[in-house]
Amino acid sequence: MSHSPQPGRVIPDRLTSPAVRALKSWEALLAVVAVTIFLLNAWASPYFLDPWNLSDATFNFTEKAMIAFAMALLIVSGEIDLSVGAIVALASTAMGVAMGMGAPTPVLVAVGLATGLACGAFNGALVARFGLPSIVVTIGTMSLFRGISYIVLGDRAFTGYPASFAWFGQGYVVWVITVELVIFAISAVVFAVLLHRTSFGRTVYAIGNNATAARFSGIRVDRVRFILFLLTGLMSGIAAVCLTSRLGSTRPSIAAGFELEVVTIVVLGGVSILGGSGTIPGVVLAAFVLGLVTFGLGLLNVPGIVMSIVVGLLLIGVIAVPRLISKLRT
Amino acid sequence: MSILKSREVVLGGVILLLLAAIASRFPGFVAPANLARVFTDTSPLILLALGQMAVILTKCIDLSVAANLALCGMVAALMDGMGVPMPVILGTVVAMGAGLGAINGALVWGLGIPSIVVTLGTMTIYRGSIFLLTEGAWINAHQMSDAFKAVPRQVIGGLPVMAWIAVGAIAGVAVLMTRTPLGRAFYAVGGNPHAAVYTGISVGRTQFAAFVLAGALAGLTGYLWVARYAVAYVDIAGGFELDVVAACVIGGIAIAGGAGTVAGAVMGALFLGIIKNALPVVGISPFWQMAISGAAILAAIAFNARRQGPGRIILKRAEVRT
Repeated sequence: MSHSPQPGRVIPDRLTSPAVRALKSWEALLAVVAVTIFLLNAWASPYFLDPWNLSDATFNFTEKAMIAFAMALLIVSGEIDLSVGAIVALASTAMGVAMGMGAPTPVLVAVGLATGLACGAFNGALVARFGLPSIVVTIGTMSLFRGISYIVLGDRAFTGYPASFAWFGQGYVVWVITVELVIFAISAVVFAVLLHRTSFGRTVYAIGNNATAARFSGIRVDRVRFILFLLTGLMSGIAAVCLTSRLGSTRPSIAAGFELEVVTIVVLGGVSILGGSGTIPGVVLAAFVLGLVTFGLGLLNVPGIVMSIVVGLLLIGVIAVPRLISKLRT
Repeated sequence: MSILKSREVVLGGVILLLLAAIASRFPGFVAPANLARVFTDTSPLILLALGQMAVILTKCIDLSVAANLALCGMVAALMDGMGVPMPVILGTVVAMGAGLGAINGALVWGLGIPSIVVTLGTMTIYRGSIFLLTEGAWINAHQMSDAFKAVPRQVIGGLPVMAWIAVGAIAGVAVLMTRTPLGRAFYAVGGNPHAAVYTGISVGRTQFAAFVLAGALAGLTGYLWVARYAVAYVDIAGGFELDVVAACVIGGIAIAGGAGTVAGAVMGALFLGIIKNALPVVGISPFWQMAISGAAILAAIAFNARRQGPGRIILKRAEVRT
């Protein structure tokens, strides 16, 4: 939104060694922050290091991070999707309706993913096909999607999902490793490969740095944007399956405020909100940091609303401090 | 033909059609007394939309306005509980709102952090601070003094004070936008930041001013909101920031900055306000409200996108050489 020109992916200085560069990177800073908070948690509460407890802690970030990976690509390309929380709600509502009609678990999952894809396609079509600004489109679809959930559900809630459906949000793969954690890890790898190791990933950076130049160099900008919205919708659908399964119920207010937490994870992960730069490992670390902060504060009985102060301070502080330091140096 | 090209005229026409459609089944809705009530109900949205408009004009966005409103409203209620006189409370909430806006503005101006990131952060900080002040307690009607609750409801010349404040703010911001150097600077900075710098306008300072204006209006609205509904709690006006942005978008304020009018922002807010008030009257469940306002936002931006022309050109864009 602010207008300072953005360097994006800066060509590194040849004179500094790769090791020094790695240490100075955003990811290194986040890793230090994550380890510090982990140690602080372990020091503050004797229950923290219990494996079952650590396993529970992962629920603080897994669902949001799944969406954050797709959102990271979207933001790198210079767009944003504020409707992800509403997509989760609508996908969850659709699964509830399907359950009411007696659908078995595989159908429920298919319905959730299909709803997510459909919502993503709707956003993508409006942004890519008609060239509308994504921040406004998705503020509109945020109300629209969640509104449809309210129309369908009113003040009721869908409960009574089949027992086999609980596996996605409550199941374990081995010992304390949850199904959600595995989905989180797989999507992290998939999106890291997609962004950093494929030509598709390079086009995403190219569009984020200069969409006009990308268009002139033969990149089908609108198609890439559409695919990115589709991916965000799909990941929101997957998150909806996990969250609905974990809670065992659907309410129209489910996943309220998710969009802002997801954007916070992405921005904290070092992705420039103006597009053109950012990495998936950064987003993974940011998810860890936020998950550890909220869980640690929870162990200390700090109320949720106070945690949000900490998260807000962290978001602004992590971005402001390096800029302040470089400003004071010059 | 040129009249039809004006967004404000089209939007005004849409609002009249909407009113006519409602009136065809429920004539009571367009009775002057009811319209005055709808306007009063919409006053908070109008006040915030005016501030948000200034911010959006300068290519920024303020997601913290609703949290600012809630924090200032809570402080007003707490001050009333301590027996502070009304004029002091009013002065404090406006100054405090402006101060909170100045924090946003300073981070955007001084450190060049994108406004969406800054206000995403301050939104959670401001709202969390309410909890720190009160530990989550509510302040209810019986804990507020009569004078505190009376101000926005006092009827003068057929309209409550709350509505008159909105009218005053509309007039004030309209003059600011069209008759002062600062108003021109808002448009210039959003229309063409580089050219603005060369004409001697500080982009950062102008954005700072827009945030301070939005914050001051949010602070004032915080008092009005709490006093009118006679309750203050942490989640007051939760999610309202998006209604405010929606009102601006429906009103034709370009999210890319530089284009939009006070009349547009006011009518965008009125459009949402009329829908909100009319739904129960025409017998549609309030659960439809979000979906309808979402559809209205999408329709409005699709409509605005068809007419690309900038609103008010202060500094021309450079010719694109190919």
